[in-house]
Amino acid sequence: MDPILLAVLVLLAVALIFGALLGYASIRFKVEGNPIVDQIDSILPQTQCGQCSYPGCRPYAEAIANGEAINKCPPGGENTIAALADLLDVEALPLDAEHGEEQIKSVAYIREDECIGCTKCIQACPVDAILGAAKQMHTVITTECTGCDLCVEPCPVDCIDMIPIETTLATWAWGQPQPGVQLIATDRGRGLAVQQQRDKQAEQHQSQRDSKSQNNKDDAA
Amino acid sequence: MSRIWSFHGGIHPAENKRQSLQRPLERPPLPKQLILPLQQHIGAPATPLVEVGDKVLKGQAIAEPTGHVSIYQHAPTSGTISAIGCNPIPHPSGMEGLCVTLEPDGLDQWIDHQGVTDFRSLEKAELARIIRHAGISGMGGAGFPTEIKLHLSDDRIVNTLIINGAECEPYITADDLLMRERAESIIGGIEIAAHLIKPTHCLIGIEDNKPEAAMALTRAARAACNQRPELDIEVVVIPTKYPSGGEKQLVKLLTGIEVPAGRIPADIGIVVQNVSTMSAVERAVCHGEPLISRITTLTGEALARPGNLEVLLGTPIQHLLDHCGAEQPIHRLVMGGPMMGYTLTDSLIPVIKTSNCIIAATAQEFGEQPAAQNCIRCGQCEQVCPAELLPQQLHWFAKGKEFEKALAHNLMDCIECGACSYVCPSNIPLVQYYRFAKGEIRREQFDQRNAEQARIRFEAREARLEQEKRDKATKRKARAEAAARAKAEQSDKIASTTSSPVSRSTSSATTNNTADSTASDPQALIKTLKTAAAVARTKLKKAEKALAQARDDGNELAPFETTVSEASAKVEASQQALQQAEQQNPAPAPSLAELKIAAATARTKLTKTEKALADAEAKQAPSADKLRVSLEMLRSKAEAAQSALEQAAANTPPAPVAVTLVDNAPVDIKALKTAASISRTKLKKAQKALDQAQADGSADLAELEAQLAQLSQQAEQAKQAFEEAEAQQPVSTSGPDLKALKSAAAIARTKVNKTEKALADADAKQSPSADKLRSSLETLKQKAELAQQQLDQAEQSTSQAPPSEQSNTQQHNSQQPSSEKPNSETVG
Repeated sequence: MDPILLAVLVLLAVALIFGALLGYASIRFKVEGNPIVDQIDSILPQTQCGQCSYPGCRPYAEAIANGEAINKCPPGGENTIAALADLLDVEALPLDAEHGEEQIKSVAYIREDECIGCTKCIQACPVDAILGAAKQMHTVITTECTGCDLCVEPCPVDCIDMIPIETTLATWAWGQPQPGVQLIATDRGRGLAVQQQRDKQAEQHQSQRDSKSQNNKDDAA
Repeated sequence: MSRIWSFHGGIHPAENKRQSLQRPLERPPLPKQLILPLQQHIGAPATPLVEVGDKVLKGQAIAEPTGHVSIYQHAPTSGTISAIGCNPIPHPSGMEGLCVTLEPDGLDQWIDHQGVTDFRSLEKAELARIIRHAGISGMGGAGFPTEIKLHLSDDRIVNTLIINGAECEPYITADDLLMRERAESIIGGIEIAAHLIKPTHCLIGIEDNKPEAAMALTRAARAACNQRPELDIEVVVIPTKYPSGGEKQLVKLLTGIEVPAGRIPADIGIVVQNVSTMSAVERAVCHGEPLISRITTLTGEALARPGNLEVLLGTPIQHLLDHCGAEQPIHRLVMGGPMMGYTLTDSLIPVIKTSNCIIAATAQEFGEQPAAQNCIRCGQCEQVCPAELLPQQLHWFAKGKEFEKALAHNLMDCIECGACSYVCPSNIPLVQYYRFAKGEIRREQFDQRNAEQARIRFEAREARLEQEKRDKATKRKARAEAAARAKAEQSDKIASTTSSPVSRSTSSATTNNTADSTASDPQALIKTLKTAAAVARTKLKKAEKALAQARDDGNELAPFETTVSEASAKVEASQQALQQAEQQNPAPAPSLAELKIAAATARTKLTKTEKALADAEAKQAPSADKLRVSLEMLRSKAEAAQSALEQAAANTPPAPVAVTLVDNAPVDIKALKTAASISRTKLKKAQKALDQAQADGSADLAELEAQLAQLSQQAEQAKQAFEEAEAQQPVSTSGPDLKALKSAAAIARTKVNKTEKALADADAKQSPSADKLRSSLETLKQKAELAQQQLDQAEQSTSQAPPSEQSNTQQHNSQQPSSEKPNSETVG
């Protein structure tokens, strides 16, 4: 048999076998949905604010999966960008100023005396965090508010404020250690201080002695 | 003597305990002010029970727990509550917290309290309740509510109760002195705890640098065990090593068991309590005294007389410093030990339940540390870490903010003991980095949880909106389909009744069927029969026409003649059926309204025809004769209708409004009011018509006048009925609706304002309507005043008494039928 023909046949057979295998695998192990979208979505802050120009965090996650820039999420800020860059193995870009700046986390607050009960903010809230009914006072469920400020714009009487979340005793945490600010000095510090003091004393002593000897020398002279 | 294990790492810092042990336990004088933070423990801050200005007695509860993990707070002495507000509290953040400030009266007067003579006879829950009400939280470090730790659910089996007397941190001697002086109290507390959680044995761990304390406790424990052989209390002396007093380290030392990561000792059948907590439990149960004081070590080189003080909770630290002679300048004020304590920024911060030590250090004692240098990877931190972590790796991760990796290296198991920082040759504040990383991780986790929650809510909302949209679409579709179907049916019907000859031939049958189906309703039957008769008549006419046409055209007549005869037969049949039906079901006397309508229609037709006739006569049209005939007919019809109407009116009582008043049992005042106003309007109209007629010089003045008289009578009647009904409206209606009154008043005010504006406008334009406006303004003003008065009255009466009494007058005056309900009273 012609060796060239044999080689072609063998390769053809191998190609067919692997093709069949791959075809089977693509059906048998088919992944429903795009798992990367879920991962991206879990990194995004879920404020659903739409500042990225997508109608919510999931649509933006889908867009990122399709190659959209990762720096369009002001509520997430640098941390989110860093996490996305890490996940997608792309370069971490600075936040796109076009979509807003990173702001202090805040929650909406309705000045209830001024609320006229128009329900416009209720319709605007992406997470149903505003409670109320037509012609009844509305109020924000603070724990559910994501601080997206989508409710501020539709309010006809401007009675919604965005109040920054203050640190309380319960939410306070230690900051990053600054150079010079130390944990409580233990006795080692004392030893060091004593050592320094001794050094200083010794120095003074030395200088005194020096001056004395100088004086003596002067006297002698 | 039970065996002692050992834990990994640990350090041996200079102890510095001698300074504060030179003097016996002292009680400082009563301070001028006691500041009691509402959060002295882990969990939710307590809720104040007192108000500013309240007098409280020593031991009186001033705050109660908020939720399960929270504690009671008590007044440490008698006095007056002078303030409840934010004050600096002992917290590493240096932030302020809500505090109750107590101004002592100097009497130190106890509230009535009584201990339990035999706590063993009490129910577990009752004993736990006493401990909870005494406001005891862990006094060694974190301040976890003790009752929760001692009142475990029944499925938890506790093998070992460990009492922590290690006190491993330098400087602190508060527990040492307590164990020396109050060993019996501690053992008493242990007995209570043992009764609650039923351990197989109790171990008291004491470091070997406190021999006197160990001796005292051993003696007391032996005495207790001799008295009660079921008790198994053993004092275990452990080697001095920092941090042997850490909970997990002590468990390892005494039992050899490691508490799993992220779990508590209770998960492995061990409960750890501090010695001072046990003493507090004994005071609470056996003496009825809540936790209002504790032993605190005051030490440091800045103090002339360092020592241990029995301090009332809430005492400002400055007061204690003064007592101990703080003569030298204090470089640094530390609460807690030098390893795990934190610097205080304010010396007016009070002592709380967890404050075991206050160090007033001079600059020489706690000098500034040299700046941190780079990690040289010497590995000393790893060797001393009691949690067997890799401190330098954690340091790198924390510094680089790689928190996930730090988590993977078990950062959360770090007990922040500071041993690594102590040994670090580069002076790196390692623990600070771990605290920072822990804080960040907790925040991230919190944010993550919130984000997850927000995502779920967002998706739920999206789904809901989607569903609503779908529902709307289906509804719309269904509606459109129904409309299309109805249309199709209608066109079908039209087709079946008009076009096909088959249906025409069976039309009488259909009519009969319809008649059968509607037999239950004689009126409907008659109606259908009438229609059928009319149809038959029309057909007959058509057939006759067709016959005439055929005759003119000279066509064959036979088929047309048969059609005509058939049609005439049908007409006769249908006429007969109709008459029969009418005889069987004599039409009910037509109502007055129907008759009126009939009469009016007849009149209108008559006038129209008259007009047409006049037109025709003017044009000398040939149809004038015909019109004249029909006019005659119409006239007679109109007369008949009129006479029928009059007859009917004579038969029925003259004032229909009044009739309804009498007949309709629950008198609806609203309806009456409407009736009255309608009759008024009618009256006005009639008046106008009369005026018009007079002006025109019309002939039928007399008739109009009669009508007017009748109408005015009716109006009067309606008004009377209305007033009577209102007067008889009993008090049963619900209390005056303040809201309705308020809105009524507001509306009246607004109307007055508007009218005033309009009046001003009219005046400016000198328009003729100004006078009218002025008068209406007057009435409006009166109305507004009335509304306001009513509102005031209602408000007063509602604030004074239940509204049932005055609602009567309210109802009389208010003319607010909207708030009135119909009742069973009738108006005669």
